[in-house]
Amino acid sequence: MTAGRRLVPVLLVVSAAMFAAAPFIIDTAPYESTMGLVQRIFYFHVPNAILMMLASSACGVASLVYLMRRRQSADFVALALAELVVVLGVIVLITGPIWARKAWGVWWDWEPRLTSTLIMWMVFSAYLLLRRFGGAGSEVMAAAVGLFGAVLSPFVYWSVNMWRTLHPKTSVLPNMVAAIATGDVESGSTMAGPLIWCFVAFTLFYIAVILLRVRLESTRATLERAVLLLED
Amino acid sequence: MNAKVSRTCFTLATLSVTMLLMGATLLAQASEADKTFRPIQPGNELLQEKLPATPLVFSAYAVVWIVVVVYVLTLWRRIAKAELEITRIATRIEGRP
Repeated sequence: MTAGRRLVPVLLVVSAAMFAAAPFIIDTAPYESTMGLVQRIFYFHVPNAILMMLASSACGVASLVYLMRRRQSADFVALALAELVVVLGVIVLITGPIWARKAWGVWWDWEPRLTSTLIMWMVFSAYLLLRRFGGAGSEVMAAAVGLFGAVLSPFVYWSVNMWRTLHPKTSVLPNMVAAIATGDVESGSTMAGPLIWCFVAFTLFYIAVILLRVRLESTRATLERAVLLLED
Repeated sequence: MNAKVSRTCFTLATLSVTMLLMGATLLAQASEADKTFRPIQPGNELLQEKLPATPLVFSAYAVVWIVVVVYVLTLWRRIAKAELEITRIATRIEGRP
């Protein structure tokens, strides 16, 4: 816990510095050939979307650990991650339609990626509502919900490959990153740098947020124990 | 009292989201445009081509920062409240005979 306390300011300072430099780095990326300027939403939308899927998977793992071993720390981590999934979901489900309005001509389309992302967001919102109003023992039920939410994550990722959809396929990002090695400008190698930069910045920032959220839950647990001690 | 108000707010929020989703599903039903193609009228260019990108890009980036800042502030407030409560209870425990 002490290491976490020391790590949070470091992560916040590094991510803040990276975010300050981000506009200049994004500015070095070329315009995409069919979408133009609006494609720049990609540099904030995609890192948040990837981190949403990673956070939901990690929440599933933490929930499973809690269900099997009843470790309180696993429950704290699962709760922190579930809350982060909901926050990231809000970002992704708002920035996506803003991009779609220009790129597809519509704010929303009931296509597989958008619909499955919305469902995943609702599952994790249900997790938080359960924790808030479920009463005693709700953490066990919430862990099951977290596990189901995590199962949705690969489905959200592969949905664009399984069905005909307006969304770009999953091959876009690997091709873009692979193009760095070959220096293939046509495959978007110059767009990969700013994307990786923003992804690292958001990752560091959200790790700090998760540590803070776990700290809050740990403080609340201490508080509950102290209240019990006072009542004895 | 606070818990009751908060519970009512959450219930209302859940109901609003459900209503919104139901409305969106109804709106998502096939429109006339899905059944037939219509030629473009002279002087009536596609809306997509007229829509400026700059406000959309700025709005998207602003949304990210607003959501992040609001979340971090609420997190900070909750941590401060819990730590204050701990201090208060610790003082009460220490003051017991």
